[in-house]
Amino acid sequence: MPQIVINPDRCKGCELCVHACPQQILGMGKKINNKGYLYAEVVEQMRCIGCRLCCITCPDVAIEMEVNGAMYHYFSY
Amino acid sequence: MTKKLMKGSEAIGEAAVQAGCKLFFGYPITPQNEIPEYMSMRLPQVGGTFVQAESEVAASNMIYGAAGAGERVMTSSSSPGVSLMAEAISYLAGSELPAVIVNIVRAGPGLGGILPSQGDYFQATRALGHGDFRVLVLAPWSIQEAADLVQDAFDLADYYRNPVMVLGDGLIGQMMEPVEFSDGRDPIKEIEPKDWATTGCDGSRPPNVANSLFLDPEELERHNLRLKAKFDAMSEVEVRYEAYGLDNDYDVLIVAYGTVARVCSTAMEELENEGVSAALIRPITLFPFPFEAVREAAMKASSVLVVELSTGQMIEDVQLALARNRPIHFYNRLGGMLVSPDEVVAKVKSMLDGSSEEVHHG
Amino acid sequence: MAETVFARPQALADVDTHYCPGCTHGVIHRLVAEVLDELGVRERTVGVAPVGCAVLAYNYFNTDFQQAAHGRAPAVATGVKKARPDLIVFAYQGDGDLASIGMAEIVHCANRGEKVTVVFVNNAIYGMTGGQMAPTTMPGQVATTCQLGRDVEQTGHPIRVSELLSTLRTPAFIARATVHNPLVAVHAKEMLRRAFRYQVEGVCFSLVEILSTCPTNWGIPPAESMSWLEKNMLPYYPVGIYKTPDSGSREPKPMTDSGGPPCNAM
Repeated sequence: MPQIVINPDRCKGCELCVHACPQQILGMGKKINNKGYLYAEVVEQMRCIGCRLCCITCPDVAIEMEVNGAMYHYFSY
Repeated sequence: MTKKLMKGSEAIGEAAVQAGCKLFFGYPITPQNEIPEYMSMRLPQVGGTFVQAESEVAASNMIYGAAGAGERVMTSSSSPGVSLMAEAISYLAGSELPAVIVNIVRAGPGLGGILPSQGDYFQATRALGHGDFRVLVLAPWSIQEAADLVQDAFDLADYYRNPVMVLGDGLIGQMMEPVEFSDGRDPIKEIEPKDWATTGCDGSRPPNVANSLFLDPEELERHNLRLKAKFDAMSEVEVRYEAYGLDNDYDVLIVAYGTVARVCSTAMEELENEGVSAALIRPITLFPFPFEAVREAAMKASSVLVVELSTGQMIEDVQLALARNRPIHFYNRLGGMLVSPDEVVAKVKSMLDGSSEEVHHG
Repeated sequence: MAETVFARPQALADVDTHYCPGCTHGVIHRLVAEVLDELGVRERTVGVAPVGCAVLAYNYFNTDFQQAAHGRAPAVATGVKKARPDLIVFAYQGDGDLASIGMAEIVHCANRGEKVTVVFVNNAIYGMTGGQMAPTTMPGQVATTCQLGRDVEQTGHPIRVSELLSTLRTPAFIARATVHNPLVAVHAKEMLRRAFRYQVEGVCFSLVEILSTCPTNWGIPPAESMSWLEKNMLPYYPVGIYKTPDSGSREPKPMTDSGGPPCNAM
């Protein structure tokens, strides 16, 4: 099971991850972080397919991915 | 080591090699082409690297990179090329990197001519680049001295972590004189290991960054004060000059540097034969200028003569040294014309018979 | 037992960057850092920072770094590499740094075949100084020094650096990639990997031009700037490998007698 972990204080609210996710499980939250940005949040963790496109697209390395058990990688990175 | 007859440019190159310099980046410009040409042949012989860069701009930035990586490095150029190096020299000083820069001065301004001149004194001692920094400037008057000063320059550059300039002219570049390189020469300063160099960071120390950017004004002020302390130390400790004839009574003190000092030295001998006593003081470090020594020597004379191949640059430092205590006369040639001993003799005589007009009042 | 499968690379410093939200400098920095980690060369890498938005790049990598004067990074990199050929040296430059003031330095560094790697970030504008026209600005694109849109009659056409450098005879690896979506960013990483690998193996000069966005100075939000890049920059700056060390140079052929254009066989 892939788990997306977003660090709210690293996020600059650019919304690129929201657009990158093929499952559309990310969205912008309503709270601001310590820099004053509205930060991205995982809206539906269950539907994550572990493709890592959000991690790859984030310019601030605010998103990390953890996996419990086996994981199929769709592409080598 | 035996004495060898060498061209000045070659002696300068060989001196660098003797000092352990294995990297030379330069660009051709008359009258110093023999330096890169010599280095291109000599460096591969000692396992070194020579690069003819695409311009002096590039060459000066290459020495920045190599100096940052902790290696001894030299470049050489002539007046217009040194102007191109201004930005990189400022960066070297700001980033506290050592390098030796040889300027074989030619007549200017602009494209000028290719014959000798001393018209870069202001540039060398005041304006090698933007910002608050100084560069130690060494001015040889013979090929042997050029070789010695180049080797000293590497030690001084490493010690102060600052660029050092060796200022010659076309005569120094082209003359051939006997030169001796001593085996096993000791460094003239105690040099710390270069643990600030960018040699790869394995985590045992924080990453090293060769950098002169300090956006925070308080930090930049601290940095500038630290640099200033270095230049003050140079002024205190590194002054070099030579004086001739100070033990006699003399009416006229001649101040000149480099090959012009040699001409004046011959003029002194001729004057001696005619019963006229003159003394000569020649600064070897143009920065730091030997203000004290010049002033002391001038006080024993009734007037001072400055001889330069320029419209009057070092004379301003002499003026500073004397603070109106003695009248200063001036003799010069320009455009690549050289001063001859006869001309200096005639000038001194005209000072003594009152027909010469002082340019700075006593 | 949770296993981290995507995390910050070791070569990337664990600090916030000053880059604008959505700026692809962040992505490219991370790709370079990942490649340095994968190739195991982080501990002997020296980077050279430009003057431009990435002027503070030395704060963002856990490697030794040198700050270069504007445009002179390839010359500085040459100096470092000649001084210490055992180090992996890379220069990171923007379009003003590389294609304007630094044009002589990059051409000659590539032509001498210095075994360094250059990461060229092309965002068709000058970022740090507030959005002036770059040599890579598109025709008709608005910038602060061409406020009615770039007029090619006045300022000429944008310069295609990868094509330009690929005409040199000296062996090199020249490639263009883009990071306007994560999948093409994966390809960009592969280009960077190849480029650095050529240096590790001591083969040749390498340069990867990476098309990037500048939401702030283009005046559009980050997601929209990704589409702008795809629509406006990609057709003019095609992605691909322009030169490999064994492929010779893209010698331009003389025009035909009938005055037709040279044949661009690639």
